[in-house]
Amino acid sequence: MTKKDITCIVCPIGCKIIVKLDGTKVDLLSGNKCKRGIDYAIHEALDPRRMLTTSVLVKNGEWPLVSVKSSKPVPKESVFSILKEIKKTKVKAPVKTGQKIIKNVAGIGIDILATKSIKKTS
Amino acid sequence: MTRRDMDVAVIGGGPAGLAAAVSAKEHGAKNVVVLDRNSWLGGILPQCIHDGFGVEETGISMTGPEYADLYIEMAEKKGVTVMKETIVLRFDNSRKIIAVNKQGIHIIKTKAIVLAMGCREKTRWNAMISGTRPSGIYTAGVAQGFINLYNTMPGKNIVILGSGDVGLIMARRLKFEGANVLGVVEIFPCASGLPRNVVQCLDDYGIPLYLNHTITIIDGKERLEGVTIAQVGENLIPISGTEKRIECDTLLLSLGLIPENELSKDVGIEIDSVTGGPIINQYLETTLDGVFACGNCLQVYDTVDMLSIDAKKAGKYAAEFTTKRKINKEKVRKPYVQVRGGKGVKYVVPQRVNKEGKVHFTLRAEKPREISTIKVVSEKKTLLRKRLPWVNPANMITMDVTVPAEIVKQGQTLEVSIG
Amino acid sequence: MKNFQVGIIGGGVIGSAIAWELSRYRLDVVVFERGSDVPSGASKANSGVVHSGINSSPGSLKARYCVKGNKMFQSLADKLGFDLKWVGKLVIAKNEDEIKELERLKKVGLQNRVPSLEIIDESEVNKREPNVSGIAALWVPTAGIILPYRFTIALAENAAVNDVKFLLETKVTDLKKKKNHFLIETSKGDFRTEIVVNAAGVHCREIASMVEEPDFQVYPRRGEYLVLDKNYNSLVNSMIYPVPVEESGFLGVHITPTIEGNILLGPSAEFIDDLDDRRTTKEMMNTLLEEARDLIPALPDKAVINAYSGIRCKLASPKSGGWADYRIEESKNTSGLINLLGIESPGLTAAPAIAQEVTKMISQIVELKKKNNFKSRRIRKKRFSEMSTGEQSNLIKKDNRWGRIVCRCEHVTEAEIIESLSNPLGAKTLSSVKYRCRAGMGRCQGGFCTQHIVRIMEEQFNIDVKDIKLKSPSSHLFYGRTREVKDD
Repeated sequence: MTKKDITCIVCPIGCKIIVKLDGTKVDLLSGNKCKRGIDYAIHEALDPRRMLTTSVLVKNGEWPLVSVKSSKPVPKESVFSILKEIKKTKVKAPVKTGQKIIKNVAGIGIDILATKSIKKTS
Repeated sequence: MTRRDMDVAVIGGGPAGLAAAVSAKEHGAKNVVVLDRNSWLGGILPQCIHDGFGVEETGISMTGPEYADLYIEMAEKKGVTVMKETIVLRFDNSRKIIAVNKQGIHIIKTKAIVLAMGCREKTRWNAMISGTRPSGIYTAGVAQGFINLYNTMPGKNIVILGSGDVGLIMARRLKFEGANVLGVVEIFPCASGLPRNVVQCLDDYGIPLYLNHTITIIDGKERLEGVTIAQVGENLIPISGTEKRIECDTLLLSLGLIPENELSKDVGIEIDSVTGGPIINQYLETTLDGVFACGNCLQVYDTVDMLSIDAKKAGKYAAEFTTKRKINKEKVRKPYVQVRGGKGVKYVVPQRVNKEGKVHFTLRAEKPREISTIKVVSEKKTLLRKRLPWVNPANMITMDVTVPAEIVKQGQTLEVSIG
Repeated sequence: MKNFQVGIIGGGVIGSAIAWELSRYRLDVVVFERGSDVPSGASKANSGVVHSGINSSPGSLKARYCVKGNKMFQSLADKLGFDLKWVGKLVIAKNEDEIKELERLKKVGLQNRVPSLEIIDESEVNKREPNVSGIAALWVPTAGIILPYRFTIALAENAAVNDVKFLLETKVTDLKKKKNHFLIETSKGDFRTEIVVNAAGVHCREIASMVEEPDFQVYPRRGEYLVLDKNYNSLVNSMIYPVPVEESGFLGVHITPTIEGNILLGPSAEFIDDLDDRRTTKEMMNTLLEEARDLIPALPDKAVINAYSGIRCKLASPKSGGWADYRIEESKNTSGLINLLGIESPGLTAAPAIAQEVTKMISQIVELKKKNNFKSRRIRKKRFSEMSTGEQSNLIKKDNRWGRIVCRCEHVTEAEIIESLSNPLGAKTLSSVKYRCRAGMGRCQGGFCTQHIVRIMEEQFNIDVKDIKLKSPSSHLFYGRTREVKDD
């Protein structure tokens, strides 16, 4: 039986919700002021995920960095191993928004995509 | 020197300016130009590489650059003229703009102007923090630009003053880039940014949040060496004996934004001293005929989504001002309704209403409250009474109020209060 | 080992004024400045006032050099291309006792031969200064304002153009007197000079004690200032001073308009322990606002856009009353060492006169022959923001960098920033840009322009990002790169 303290992020009130889990079964949930909080808290307790946004070095571009995002929210505990791989990556200009910069980053089946376009330096 | 005639000139090519320009085109304005001081469009968005933009508007959570690209492409498609790396030096009350860029001086005579200059960040001197004046002190936005656009790291051991969203986002960004984020210092009892950001930027990474604290001393001979934080009482005054020094080399200031209205003030447009932006009517028109205002230079918005809604309106009314002259004919200089913030209300926008009908208001509460009632009253009756589960100065409130004809004819005052 | 005839320690206004005077002669002169630009110490952190002489004790060197220097300023401004405005000064009396003080001040002024002094009544005060509260005032028309950092830079740059060697970020670490020369050890190498001028400001004792046992003490006294937004510049027309309270020379918290249209409040006067303690404190900032409100009741709170402080080099202890005259003399124990000690207010005004005096002293040690190719004029270039639309348009056609505005608040162009960074002293910090062309001094305090100035420094001056500094040798801005660009 594990207890997780979740701060709900659905609305600015930020209720502190307590989720008691028995494996993947939710045993008890309290502290929410509305229904939307329940869904969020359960999801966050069982499988917390985060959208990852950062930058990648660009070679021969008008700007030295291209901003990137994960194609889907990534498991919270893999954030730093993903960042490590991203930091080693370099991409050559031109870069287009949506371009796949890294496929299947850190082996978790999620891609890293460019979120802006960078032209090549003339 | 070039001379040109335009229908609508938009000053500022950030999200507000772009949305207004696109909307102006959509509502019939033929020649629309956007002038921006940077070599890129999108204003501050290209450096806001985190997501969360456009959720209400598009259903998708985009990053800042993606949201900007959306509007940049729309502007291109609609045939909006763009002048980059161009600064407006001034404009006069005949709407003649003098602008400058590397091609020279440009005199632009335009039928309508939309002000979309955005805002600037509060500096250390807005908070009057004691101590030395070393390098290593940045406003959060400037640090963000260096890290995300120019591939330059401001420092290694960071303290952030202010828990607004910019400060929280920067805490995570710096952590991601290998900096040691020592804490976020917030003078009020709760964070001023969204709970989502407190969780995903601080809690996730174990970054301490010092609520009810402020920075009392900055020290460091040439580069920052440390800051002293202290607890504050209810009166926000530091409590002696609670001081604690945090060794650091970088201080990020996230103290708030000030609408940028130098051009507006220069030409005599009336400014609301609370919002920091021009006084407008329901058409987002300022006290100068044919000059409209939108975006952060009008009032500081919480989200770009809300900002775009109003910016599109400004573009629409600017276009209508030039094409149908609808507003001009029907606009009655006197009388108009004066809208005031009463008890519990920090400010209300628009501050004037000159035609009966449905008016969309944006306002902010003075302080956080649980269950509250918003009331809009004229001199004789109550126009609206609405219950809200909570109010918070950091969350803009919007409401639609139908303003009846007699109130406008009699030039009555409307008061908005929260109790 | 590099040889020079004269080594000046300290490139502030005193050192630079001396360097400038000496640069007329065929003389090898070197200036050692430990800061990253010539205005680094008190020279950039004062009120910028060209004093009339009413505050100086008659017969003192302070009075003599102040009055003499005052008379030289207009011609200096014309020759060296810096701005000078004779805005005048009003010393305000708030009660009968203070009116008596005004009369005493007037007498001192007359003794010092200060012209055109006049005591005016309340209605005249109200007419000239509607926002100032007082019942009478002493009007001093021969008091003026300059930008002290621009004046220092003008002196130094003209001296450099006339072959004086300026070594910035060069700290003198040791000084040895040999039989006929001095050996100067610095952080950038060793030098040999015949004469040493100690113009090290508040650090003068540190330098003097390298070669002799100093017969003086330095009591540093800090002055804090507040800078107000240009929006409030109509609050005053002339400098507004209270009646001075102490005899120690502290003039009281005054209100000074600046050349650029800001207003300065200050300075405070606080004896401190550490010569380099330039802190500005919230308590003092509030005190300055309060005391300024005594004179200008309508002063708003939110008007402050910046604060700074400078350290006065006082020779008299607080206990002894705190007044001492300048000491400008060849050391009795070390011949060839010319000490400039205790150069506090009216030091800025006295600088040109002091420089002439020091030159006279040097002429008694070394023969001074005038140069026939002395470049005596330094042109004051028009700023973009001062030009007419036609002038702006023509200039952009010639060089399109005049069309790109980098500092939005003060309308400073890329061309002006590049020119600032190309100065003959080799100063290349953000402050050296700020002092020369004003970029970064507006109300956003560098919020917009900093990124662009940094980019110009990197791309057009090849300054590595790790070497970009704010104002002093170790005031680096950045840690490094977000992503390192390593070659494969």
